[in-house]
This record gives sequence, structure tokens and C-alpha cells, in this order.
Amino acid sequence: MSTRLAFGGRRIDRTKPVEFRFNGKRLKGFAGDTLASALLANDQVMVGRSFKYHRPRGIVASGAEEPNALFNMGQGGRFEPNQRATTTELFDGLSVTSQNHWPSLEFDVGAINNHLARFFPAGFYYKTFMFPRFAWKHVYEPIVRQSAGLGRAPKDRDADRYEHFYAFFDVVVIGGGVAGLQAARAAGAAGAKVLVMEQTADWGGRAMVDGGTVDGQPVAEFVSESLAALEAMENVTLRTRMMGAGVYDHGYLLGYERLRDHSPDAPGPRHRLWRIRADRIVTATGAIERPLSFAGNDVPGVMLASAVRDYIVDYGVSPGDRVVVVTNNDDAYRTAIAVRQAGLAVPVILDARLGGGGALAEEATKLGIRVETGMGVARVHGARRVEGVSVCAQAGEGAVLERIACDVVAMSGGWSPVVHLWSHCGGKLVWDEAEAHFRPDGDKPPLGADGAGFVVPAGAANGALSLGAGLADADAAGRRAARDLGLKPARSAAPEVGDAPEAPIEPVWLMPQGASAGLRMKAWLDYQNDVKVSDVQLAAREGYESVEHTKRYTTLGMATDQGKLSNINGLAILSDALGRPIPQTGTTTFRPPYTPISMGAIAGEARGETFQPLRRTPMHDWHEAQGAHWEPVGQWRRPYCYPRGEESHAAAVAREIMATRESLGLLDASTLGKLIVKGPDAGRFMDMLYTNMMSTLKPGRCRYGLMCSENGFLIDDGVVARIDDQTFLCHTTTGGAERIHAHMEEWLQTEWWDWQVYVANVTEQFAQIGVVGPKARKVLEKLTEDDLSADGFAFMAWKDVTFGEIGARVFRISFSGELSFEIAVPASHGRALWDKLLAAGQEFGVTPYGTEALHVMRAEKGFIMIGDETDGTVIPQDLGLDWAISKKKDDYLGKRAQARSHMSDPNRWKLVGLETVDGSVIPDGAYAVAEGTNANGQRNVQGRVTSSYFSPTLGRGIAMGLVLHGPDRMGEVIEFPGTDGKTYSAKIVDPVFYDKDGEKQNV
Amino acid sequence: MSEAKSALPGARFDGIASVEEAGLNGMITLRGDLDDTALAKALREVTGCALPGPREVVMAGDKGAAWMSPDELLVMVPHGEAEAAVAALDAALGESHALAVNVSDARAVFDVRGSHAREVLGKLMPVDFSAAAFGPGQIRRSRMAQVPAAVWMTGEDAFRVVCFRSVAQYVFDLLKTAASEGGEVGLYA
Amino acid sequence: MLILECPCCGVKGEETEFHGGGEAHIKRFGPGSSEEEFHDYLFAKENPRGVHFERWRHVNGCGKWFHVARCTRTLEVFGSYSAQTTEPPQEIRDAITARRPGWRWREFS
Repeated sequence: MSTRLAFGGRRIDRTKPVEFRFNGKRLKGFAGDTLASALLANDQVMVGRSFKYHRPRGIVASGAEEPNALFNMGQGGRFEPNQRATTTELFDGLSVTSQNHWPSLEFDVGAINNHLARFFPAGFYYKTFMFPRFAWKHVYEPIVRQSAGLGRAPKDRDADRYEHFYAFFDVVVIGGGVAGLQAARAAGAAGAKVLVMEQTADWGGRAMVDGGTVDGQPVAEFVSESLAALEAMENVTLRTRMMGAGVYDHGYLLGYERLRDHSPDAPGPRHRLWRIRADRIVTATGAIERPLSFAGNDVPGVMLASAVRDYIVDYGVSPGDRVVVVTNNDDAYRTAIAVRQAGLAVPVILDARLGGGGALAEEATKLGIRVETGMGVARVHGARRVEGVSVCAQAGEGAVLERIACDVVAMSGGWSPVVHLWSHCGGKLVWDEAEAHFRPDGDKPPLGADGAGFVVPAGAANGALSLGAGLADADAAGRRAARDLGLKPARSAAPEVGDAPEAPIEPVWLMPQGASAGLRMKAWLDYQNDVKVSDVQLAAREGYESVEHTKRYTTLGMATDQGKLSNINGLAILSDALGRPIPQTGTTTFRPPYTPISMGAIAGEARGETFQPLRRTPMHDWHEAQGAHWEPVGQWRRPYCYPRGEESHAAAVAREIMATRESLGLLDASTLGKLIVKGPDAGRFMDMLYTNMMSTLKPGRCRYGLMCSENGFLIDDGVVARIDDQTFLCHTTTGGAERIHAHMEEWLQTEWWDWQVYVANVTEQFAQIGVVGPKARKVLEKLTEDDLSADGFAFMAWKDVTFGEIGARVFRISFSGELSFEIAVPASHGRALWDKLLAAGQEFGVTPYGTEALHVMRAEKGFIMIGDETDGTVIPQDLGLDWAISKKKDDYLGKRAQARSHMSDPNRWKLVGLETVDGSVIPDGAYAVAEGTNANGQRNVQGRVTSSYFSPTLGRGIAMGLVLHGPDRMGEVIEFPGTDGKTYSAKIVDPVFYDKDGEKQNV
Repeated sequence: MSEAKSALPGARFDGIASVEEAGLNGMITLRGDLDDTALAKALREVTGCALPGPREVVMAGDKGAAWMSPDELLVMVPHGEAEAAVAALDAALGESHALAVNVSDARAVFDVRGSHAREVLGKLMPVDFSAAAFGPGQIRRSRMAQVPAAVWMTGEDAFRVVCFRSVAQYVFDLLKTAASEGGEVGLYA
Repeated sequence: MLILECPCCGVKGEETEFHGGGEAHIKRFGPGSSEEEFHDYLFAKENPRGVHFERWRHVNGCGKWFHVARCTRTLEVFGSYSAQTTEPPQEIRDAITARRPGWRWREFS
């Protein structure tokens, strides 16, 4: 029976009962309980089923290292799987269900796997599902998927809020145990700006349970006094419920603050991810106790020795009435003493060391506890609950000397410093032979921007396990961090502790050391992923030598606990199997986060409306009110078309085109990039940027231009207007404004820095409206007195025009082939002008059109579109744009590249128009096939479609494409197999399908 | 006269800090040689302000200037005066190689005020907003979540945020979320 | 995530304020250059383990380009300096020598 004791429990408040639900049952705990302590108080020792064999599993630990007690927590938008009971603070209304069983925790069909365990060794999946090949997709994968995973994935949208916070400190101390507090005191007293974070809700760490005296007073008083001193320092910030999740380059540190997990209904963000920059990081992260590997060490009731005393001291919970302690070190004697002091029975302490323990052992003996040295556990009895242990000699093969009844086994295989945060960013480890653990190698710390080490390990995390050694080490660490910052630590002595003498640990990696195969098959290393001693040994026999490979093959340490309990034991077994020392085998890589953090915390504000920026034009609200169907163009949202009522998108596009071609269309062109280039060298600069000669452009005139990268490939196009002698206005594509602005600045700053040119991005200063169609001039003449006549305002010119009170710059340019004016007004007047044009255009049936109508109309005119006809491998010459490439210029960006042999190859595919023989629309991107096959047995190709639309103007499908020798093959019919099984036959034609002579735009 | 409209007229949110769209503001990008005395003189003529030093902002009433880069200032005047100010700068700069261009409508401006304003900004920008690191008279250009933004202080616990007009809604939503109830960090306030 | 100091505006910012621009001190070859010169200019880039010179732009900031001398192995930053130069300035070279005696990068040492 596990139960609540009548007294004790320093963390709980017995006056504040809390009700919670476990698998639907109503249970009671107290404020201050963790879910784990409350479950134990309710005799719920078995908490789940293991991943692979569905074996009953119980609570093993009391902190972040817990592998078994994982639950589905919450409901609906607050449902989350794999929540650790040991780090979940109990609150009223908490509701959890256990995982990985069907139909119930007590009766689980999947437990059949346990009886078939011998057939599921390491690498089972890799070995079994190989043949026949087709079966993987249709048989194995569906079955494996059914049974894969721990817990269920949430189905509803996360109901909580999350956020990031950028913070900057001189020193961040991770861990609020005595070491962390002491390090913070030392650094804080020196004047450093310090943050101390503690992952639990309480300060003081293990020392609060383990006790001891510091400077002559009980350690608990030392902790309160330290806290008071730190709180009094203005330069020190203390945060609980905040975990150091990861340490990264240049002192970047993630702090994971759980604000509302213990009171979910309070307002505010649930988690806050602190994105911290610290000059120095002190890792006072403590140590984790290791399990011992004996047969049946996974039966519910087998727990870490430290956890047993934590439940007694912290929560007043007895994990069981009869606790057998099994250990290879002195620390576990503390558990025996705590159990006895709580009035419970310790039938025996099995100390694997022949010589037994030190001062603590004496104390235990004085309490009348039976101690057997050189002894270990042969096997644990019981299935869903420990019923007893068989005792054997550690040195032997497991011959049973005695059977002892008990309901808890408290095991301790020694302590491993929590080196995760030290190691995340490259800190190296050394194997400490005497303490049998890896600890930070002080000579090989992670290096910061200045080349100096920026992580300082402190206390138990640095291998200084005793209270006295830990405090001294932490004090030195805090001073060291302050000194590194150029501060002067105060001259005060480290706290004084009289550590009782301890007998050295003796490493025990297998119990008994000569355990038979049968025992090894029941000795668990990784509880969560069901990896046993025998699995690692099998991997070694099969040739796995690297610890990283063995990890992946056996899945050791790959569960949500990332092997906090299993890694060291596993690699020791591997080392033994390979017959080489532990340091040579090494550890697997420690990767952040230290324990899993929520997806919400990672996303921060980037969800819902603020998942990514959406750029809106000044006319956005109007488009939205009209029910525009949106097309994302970069981060912009542009109307694709404006469907009316039940109208299909295709019908809307056709209607918009016909209305524009026949009368009047309006286009919101505000997204076009607009860059000002000004200076005495502006003309020279423009000539380098564009393939055309731009310096000869006259003020008041416009010219279409092409821009290439230094590789020769087309990167952008647009109309350039010369404003005055020294000033050009360059229009770029919608997605191109920022990119081309950056391109210009790059060349000006890094290559031609002596040229006198300034560039400014004025894209968003202007709303730009295309007024397009035969009635374009008529509608504008209703709104202005200025001369817009064909004679007074020529094609490819621009002029300043006033529309009522709104001053505008009007460009007479056309991307549709119609009479067209593009009107730029300050963005603050954009919507007003748009409304005016709609009103004035009513008599002409004015029709706003979207990007698809724009695309179709430009394709009908044979105009190229960056991103359709170009894909980063196309040069202007491929597109028949030789006319836009100045032959007179010595140089422009891309000129040299276009002279390379492959660029001038006559076999480059060239742009042509494509007209389907039957009028249908060729699928976009379709390839034209040629005779024969290539080396891979695929059909040879001779071209591809770059744009393809149904043209309502022509009543047929039209396309543009790049075709081998295309311009020389006019009239030839080539074949484009579609993915729909049909083959499209298309005739090669001129790419200008509509109004070849430009009669419509030049009126 | 058709009224000029800012990106989010009247947008306001009150949480742990207040967030308010600051309406239309006259802003001019002035690029040139900041060591050129003609430029400093032109700036003084138009705004009455001295040339700001690196990462500084100087205001005199509703006019002022912010240092944007070694060859760029953001000149601030009332919205209706921006075009005239550009013309005045052009005239004052004469033959000097410089570029003055009205960008008033390319921007959206927000005011974030309150004792938690520093924390609200600290949730969105990778900038140290502690009082020791950032105070009145300084301008910081950085990113706010996924877009560029500039910020300076207009008074105690009062910040002005400038971003591109097209992302005004995004920036307002960001600030609103960061300023929502219960979001106090407790570090700066 | 790196911290870089922009020498143009003096801001010390995190990497997300900046945008990397590849190898520094590349000489442009245009029309008239040989195939090999042009090929090397575009494609033959240094990829050292150790001292490296890079271009960065303070994209979410003052918008300026600058150069950074950095160790690709330890991520140590030796210094940042103006982009308007064809070779690393002496004080940057000295700073590197102090930390990595005997370093070489292209024709510089």
C-alpha cells in the first residue's frame, strides 16, 4: 500500500484539499502535491503501460527524470499527451488519463507483447518488416502506425496563449538548489546583473530533503537566508517554474517558464519562452540518481532511493510499508533512515559493496536496520506491484540466498551530474573514475563570441556531490563568472559545512555482476522505450560499436525522457560488451531541450492572425468587402478575382477580362515595387543594373527594363520612369521590391561605394491603380482638367496630374495591351481615389479585376512574367528579349555571364507561343516530348510550358513555353503528355496572340 | 477635400499597456553626408532640431529627426507639411548630393504606453529594453517578430513604434497580444 | 545564434537582425575577363575550418553591409569592419593573430 502519512510533508498544505480525476476516478490531494505524490497518496502505484511490451509501470522518480508516469492531461483545447506526473503541480479540477493501454490500465490487450517479448528483440522492426517489399506500404506500415506513439495527439486548437520574452543578463544561474543560490549570491554581491531560474516551484533543491548544516544552522535556514539576501539585491532576478531548456552559441539560452500550468484558468500566457543572452551561464543543475539493473527493476514499486525519501519528506506520502534499499553508495542510506523515521519498515539494506558504507551506514545500523554487504537483488517478485525480492551475492550469478517480502524497492546506482546544459553547446566531459560518473571538463567549456568559455558548472552538476563540496564549488563558480565580467567579487568565505565521511561508490552496472541471460532479459535500462540489458548486449554482438548507432538501433534513450535514467547504464553495458573502458565509448549527444517544451512556447506569438505578416494595400478592405478570392504573392494578399454570388472563379476571371477589353477595368497595382535612384552617378548605376541603356531615358519618359543577376539570369523586370536628370523611379515586380532594393544597396555599398547614388524604397508610399480599357481616358477625363489626350500624353510617358485635391503621378504604360494609365497617389489617398474611379466608371460598367485576369491579358499579349517564364535559370535571350539588351554598353550585371559558352548555346530552349490544336488548355508546366529516351529510360524532352490559360478574348487555350529551336519551328505541332493521361498537341506560334500591332494601347 | 487616411485609424487596445495608432505623421527619408554642414543646416531650418548623433532621436515639439544609418535620417514634421518640408530640404541642400523623399504614407506609427510598455516590446523585439540599456533620446531599429520596426521613447514609459504601412494590422495585433491581460513579466515594472 | 556588432551603427544585435552574404573581399570580374577568372569569381569560394572573412548585412537595422572576421570552428568573432575596403584592416589582422597565431586566409595573413 502506498498512502498518505499522518504527519510530515514540507511542501503540502493539509488545510487545502484539492480534488482531481484519474481515469475518471475522483481522487483527493493537497495543495503543494505533485500529481505523482497525490497518486501515490491514493495507492495508485501502477500508472501506465510500457511502450513496447505493455508491462505495468509505476512511478520511479520524483522529478524531471521520470520515465513512466506520463499522462494525457486536460480536455479539448487544453488536451496534451505525455505530461509528467512528477513535474505536474496538482490543482483543483486536474483531469488525467493513463496512456498506452486498451481497453484499460488494469486489463490491457497489448500486454500480450510481454509474453512474446523474446520475439521482439532490439532491431525487431528493422529485421522483420524487410520483405516482401510491397508489404511495407500496405501491410506493415498501417499496423505499425496503429500501435506507434505514446499518448494521443491533440485534436483541437490549443486554447492557451504563449509568448516569448527577450532578456539580457550578465550571469544566468540555472538551478535554484543550494549551489545555484550560492553561485548567484557570489555573482550578485559582485554587482553582476543576475537571473536565477528554478524549474520547480520551490527553492533549495535536494538539500531541503537531504538536510545537513551550513554555517552551523540547518540547511533549510541557510536557503531562506540566501533567498532573502538575493531578494534584497536589486541586480538579481529570481524566477521559479522556469527551466533552462537549452544553451546555444554566444550565450544564447532558452528559459521555459510555466506560468499557468498550476492554475490554468488564471488570465495570461500559459508558457513564456525567455530568449536570453547571458555573458556567463552557471549550470547548477544538480545530479540525477541512476537506477540499478536487476531483473524486474521495472515492476511498480521499484523506485529511485532519492524519490522514496522525497515522497516521504516533501509530501508526507509513504510509497510502501516495507522498503528494501539496494545500493552501491552511501547516499541511499539516507532513504533507509528517512523511511525508518517515518515509522515504516526497512527489512534490509542490500549494499553491493563488500566493505559497506561510511557514517550514514553506521547511523542506519544504530537505528537497528539490517545491512547486508556484498549483496544485491537477484529478481523482484510481483507483476503489478512489488511483492518481494530475492537476495543474491553481487559477485555471483544470481543464486537466491533469501526471499524478503516488501512492497517497495529503493534503488541507487550512484549519481550522474546533470551535464546537459553544459554539453548543449559543445562543453566536453571527463569520466570521473572515483565517482563513476561523467562530469564537465573545466578545460573544455563551450566558447562564446570572445573565444572564452561562457558556461561555468557549479555544485553537483560539476561532480561536487556532497553539500560542503557543492557549496564551495558553487561559490567559486559564482565568483569566477563575476570575475570573467571584470567585476570584483567580495572577499567573503564560502559557507562552512562539515560533511560526514562517506565510503566510496563502487560502480555496479549489472546486478548480480554475472547475471544469467534470463535475468538480463528482465533487467531494464530504458523504462519508457522498453530497452533491456540483453538488447544492448545483442546490439554489441551484432556489430554495433558506436554508442550513437546503438542508441538508434535499440532506441535506448530515445523516448521523451531522452535517457535521463538510462544513458549512463546503457553505455556502461555497451562498454562492457565491447570490452573497452567507458570514456572510450563516450556519451550520446546532449541536445536541447532539457525536457520537452510545448509547441506553443516555441511558436510564441506566431500563430493565428500573427502567424506571419500579411501585407495589405490601402484598398484591402474594399477587396475584402467585395468577397475577393485572395492570391498570396509573397506576404501580400492580392485579389485573384472578384466572384459575384455563385460565380465560379473561372467565370469571374473571364468576365473581368471581357469587361476590361471591351470597356473599363480597374487594378489595384499598389504592391508593385517602387524604388527611387538618385544622384550624379544614377544613370551610370542604372546602366549597370539593367540590361537596357537607361541613362539615355529622357525625363518624363518610361522604359521597360530587365535586371539580371551576375550569373546572367533574369531576376526582375519593370518600367523605369525618369523623374529628372538625377532621379529614376524603378518599378519592380510585386515580390521584388525588398529584394531588388537590397540588390541595389549591395552593389552600391560593397562594389561601387565611390559612386554618388542614393536609393530609397518608396513602394508603400503610393497606392497605385491601373485604369485599363477603351474607356480609360474617358473616365479619367471626368476627374481631371489635365490633358490626357493621345497627343498631350504619349504612350510610355508619365506626368503629374491632379484629381480634385489628390495629386497623382500617372504613367501611360500597359501590361494588358489596352489603353491604360497607372495612377500613383499617396497611400493615405489610395482608397479615396479608388472610390472616385468606381463612381466615375459606373457609366462604363467599371470592373475591378484581379491577378488572374492580369495574367491572362499579359499572356494574350505575349508579355513575360518573372516567376512564370523565368525560374532562375532563364536569361533574357531565351525569352526573345534581345531588343532589351543594350549592345552599346561595355558592362552590366550579367553581361559577362551571358557570354559563357552554355549561355550562348544555340540549343537553349527559347520562348514561343503554343496553340493547342483542339483549343484546350495545356496543363501548366507540361513537358514537350521528343524522340527516344534518356539514360534513365525516360522520354527525351524538347520544351516545357511556362504559362497556360484559357483566353476568353480568343475563346481558346493559349500558352507560352520554352522550346528547343522554338522560334525556328513556327507552325510545327509538338506533343505535351499531361498527368491526366491525355496528350496535348500544340502548334508553335508567335507568343503575341492578341493585337500584334498594338493598336489598342496606342490610342 | 478627401481626407487622408492612416493605416488603422482609431485602432486602440488597453491591456497591461495601451496600444494606439498614432495617426498620420509626416516622415521624410533624408539621405546624404551627415558630416556636411549644409545638411545639418537644412535640418535645422526645416525642423528646428540639431543633427542627431548615431542611434539618437531629437524632437522639438512635433518636429524632429532620428538617426537611421550613417547616411540616413528620418525627418519628422506634421503630415500636412511633409511635401513642403521635402521641397525646403531640397532647396536648402542645393547642389549637395542628397535624397529627400516623402515616406509619410509608407509608414504606420503606434504608441505603446504604460508601466509595462518595456515588457510588451521586449516580448516582440530582440532588444534589451531595461531602463539601463534603453532610454529617451535613443532610437533602435530592429525587427518586431517578423517585420522591421524602429522604436524610440516619447516620454517616461511611452514608446513610439514605426513600421511599414502594409503590416500595420500585423504589428497592431502583435502589440495587442503582447499587451493582453495577465501578460506582465514583472522584470521591468 | 551569433551576436554580431554592426560597425556602421554600433548596434550589437543577435543574428536574426542580420543576413549573411558569403565570402568577403571578392574581386569582381566582368566583360573581358577569362573563363577561369569569371568562374572563380562566381563559384570558387573559401570554405575554411577556422579563420574566415564574411560579408553581413544589418538587414533588420541600419541596412548597411559590413565585414566580419570569424572562426568557423569555434564561432569566435575577431571583429567587424567596414565593407568599403578590399582587404582586412591591420587591427583586425592583429586581433586574429593574437588569437590564432600563424593564420592564413587566401592571400592574407
